[in-house]
Amino acid sequence: MSDKFIVQIGEITKVNLSGKLDAIRAPLLMEELKSLIGQSVKRIVFYAQDLEYISSAGLRTIIFAKQKLGADTELYMIGAQDTVTDVIKMSGLDNFLYLQGSYEG
Amino acid sequence: MIRVDTYPTHKYADFNLRTGKPIPFGATIVPGGINFSVYSRHAVSCELVLFNKHDREPFAVIPFPDEFRIGNVFTMIVFDLDYENIEYGFKMDGVFNFNDGHWFNREKILLDPYAKAIGGRDIWGEEPDWSNPYQYRGRIAFDDFDWGDDRPLELPMRDLIIYEMHVRGFTKHSSSGVKYPGTFAAIREKIPYIRDLGVNCVELMPIYEFDEFENSRISPVTKERLLNYWGYSTVGFFAPKAAYAATGTFGMQVDEFKALVKDLHKNGIEVILDVVFNHTAEGNENGPYISFRGIDNKTYYMLTPEGYYYNFSGCGNTLNCNNPVVRNMILDCLRCWAAEYHVDGFRFDLAAILGRNQDGSPMHNPPLLETLAFDPVLGKCKLIAEAWDAGGLYQVGAFPSWGRWAEWNGKYRDDLRKFLKGDEGFSGAVSQRLSGSPDIYNRHYRGTCASINFITCHDGFTLMDLVSYNGKHNEANGENNNDGGNDNHSWNCGFEGQTSDEGINFLRQKQIKNALSMLMLSQGVPMILSGDEFGNTQYGNNNAYCQDNEISWLDWNLLNRNYDMFNFFKKIIEFRKMHPCLKSSEENDYETHVDNGYPRISWHGTRAWDADFSGTSRLLAMLSCGNNTGSDGTTQYDFVYMAMNMHWEMHGFELPGLPEGYKWHVFANTDAPAPNDVWGAGKEVLLDNQSEFLVGARSVAVLVGKL
Repeated sequence: MSDKFIVQIGEITKVNLSGKLDAIRAPLLMEELKSLIGQSVKRIVFYAQDLEYISSAGLRTIIFAKQKLGADTELYMIGAQDTVTDVIKMSGLDNFLYLQGSYEG
Repeated sequence: MIRVDTYPTHKYADFNLRTGKPIPFGATIVPGGINFSVYSRHAVSCELVLFNKHDREPFAVIPFPDEFRIGNVFTMIVFDLDYENIEYGFKMDGVFNFNDGHWFNREKILLDPYAKAIGGRDIWGEEPDWSNPYQYRGRIAFDDFDWGDDRPLELPMRDLIIYEMHVRGFTKHSSSGVKYPGTFAAIREKIPYIRDLGVNCVELMPIYEFDEFENSRISPVTKERLLNYWGYSTVGFFAPKAAYAATGTFGMQVDEFKALVKDLHKNGIEVILDVVFNHTAEGNENGPYISFRGIDNKTYYMLTPEGYYYNFSGCGNTLNCNNPVVRNMILDCLRCWAAEYHVDGFRFDLAAILGRNQDGSPMHNPPLLETLAFDPVLGKCKLIAEAWDAGGLYQVGAFPSWGRWAEWNGKYRDDLRKFLKGDEGFSGAVSQRLSGSPDIYNRHYRGTCASINFITCHDGFTLMDLVSYNGKHNEANGENNNDGGNDNHSWNCGFEGQTSDEGINFLRQKQIKNALSMLMLSQGVPMILSGDEFGNTQYGNNNAYCQDNEISWLDWNLLNRNYDMFNFFKKIIEFRKMHPCLKSSEENDYETHVDNGYPRISWHGTRAWDADFSGTSRLLAMLSCGNNTGSDGTTQYDFVYMAMNMHWEMHGFELPGLPEGYKWHVFANTDAPAPNDVWGAGKEVLLDNQSEFLVGARSVAVLVGKL
């Protein structure tokens, strides 16, 4: 597992999610995402193929990204496993996130 | 801002503690830790018991230091807990004295009455480990849901059309076609359907944590397990039932339910919760320790002078609702659902109990009901009472209300059912019911919106069964068909149960449309039972409280088969919305006549302006008058005439005269086979004969007078 979540910062920022995103690890992601505030990020792409599990705390970190980085910033989650997309959809926390199988660019 | 109270000051074993805040009660996330607070008047000491999720044994038992106690409240902050993965409970020490009403037992681990989320029974119907000493476990809930700009809809009461639903039964059947059957998430998938039907308010049967295994037994008839399916038995007042959530196993039921409310609101649909404050799942003297009994029995339960549990609920115990502390708990609970969950209103089960004193006697001015009527946070919430209890207190019409409470109008149900099945002499009673029951709810004091009109609800037959069975068939409940009401006022139309006889089936469908027409054209607030719109049946079971199977689950295959019936429901609901004269007047509007001289409501028979209210009458016609503003902005007078012929012979109804230019058009005629049974609102058909309308046997016709 890589130490950092964010692998590329820019107008399009890429973030790797793997393993578990729960109350233990979510604060670490939160800290990294905070560094993007004010950086004119247009889009954040979360690569989630290796994400096994996302908990309430993990979901809230993603929501935080949306709220703090502005209504104009788009959030994408790519390649998430069914268990993860199910949880996102069932809990209703999905209306600000584009869930896709793959991503070009 | 840096808070100076975010650092631990005490230590117990490996745990860092600090004195907590007594309010709010329960478990609250604070910077660095969790604030735990629990009230008990008679406990001597209290311990916090902590578990890792699902573990049988706790990993810590931390006594609440006595120096942290404020009054009768035990409180402390515990730092550095993994709040997503712990479960907590309390152990209370004190006296055990039956006569004095104290049941303290320091071996028992107790659920926090204020637990905002509860784990341990995450999957519906999964056989519990009965040896587990702590079954229902408090968990920490996030209260930071992103509501966006959602708020309670505050639809005027007069505009409400209520749809009573059981969360699990609504979508559990495979025919529902949803991804997560029987859950909150599944209801969201059905929102387009609910919108299409046209109702604007969903009343959910109990959604807080309850024990589906309470009184569970095997049916001697079907050999299937019977469960407490309806859920009228509270375990945790503040927590949505985990097993009703598709994300229940992940502990996200709070978010999932809030997402449901948000989505319903977005679609213009209010949410009313059925709340059960009359008893708990702890039963009588033989019942288990779940929460209140071990925390402060004497405070929470109505006890006889000898220490036994009063049983006005019929379920073993009675919550001591007018005890000031319990009153506050109820208030906190409702405020939580209203403020944190954006719920639009509440329907109170066996509400007459809420008006009983601590010794069980009925009160003239029950403090609890007054508190609820005037509470600021609940100020715009609908408050609906099932105004009776199981102890003989029947208060329909007399429920203490302060102008805020509405009631389930049991008289409406009974009078309409008798009229519908052709009993003679009910025209007079029905005229009262259709006009909002002013004989029960004084127009000037309570207003006709105090009347929740219904013909069916979860208690009793479905609408299809009301016209298919003369008697109840509850053998599957395993009580020798002794359970369930006997006064169903139902009529099977000629054959008991399902039949292929076309004539009988046509009559049944007609009777259903008759009932619905009368309901939707009544002043007051209509309520229908989910599934009635496509003829859902429970096969004659009128008390399906324990049937977790095809008996009680909605069969969506019927939607295709009975699409004509669904279409009728949809059209008549739309009709109600388009004709304000059918709804109760605005507040402070006591006009009895429209400015054209016509009375707002008038009664007729086969002769206009001459209703037959005699003891042999089986028919009645109602003329409702008002104004209507069309989509083009012009206003014209609005005349809605409903002829109800519950006799087995056809009758001609002389039509009341209309002002110059206005003509009668037919909107619905239940005697006509679909698709001629109902036209769209605005698409009514001009009648050739403007002076008389022939209404078929056991039929209802709805006419509109317009330019």
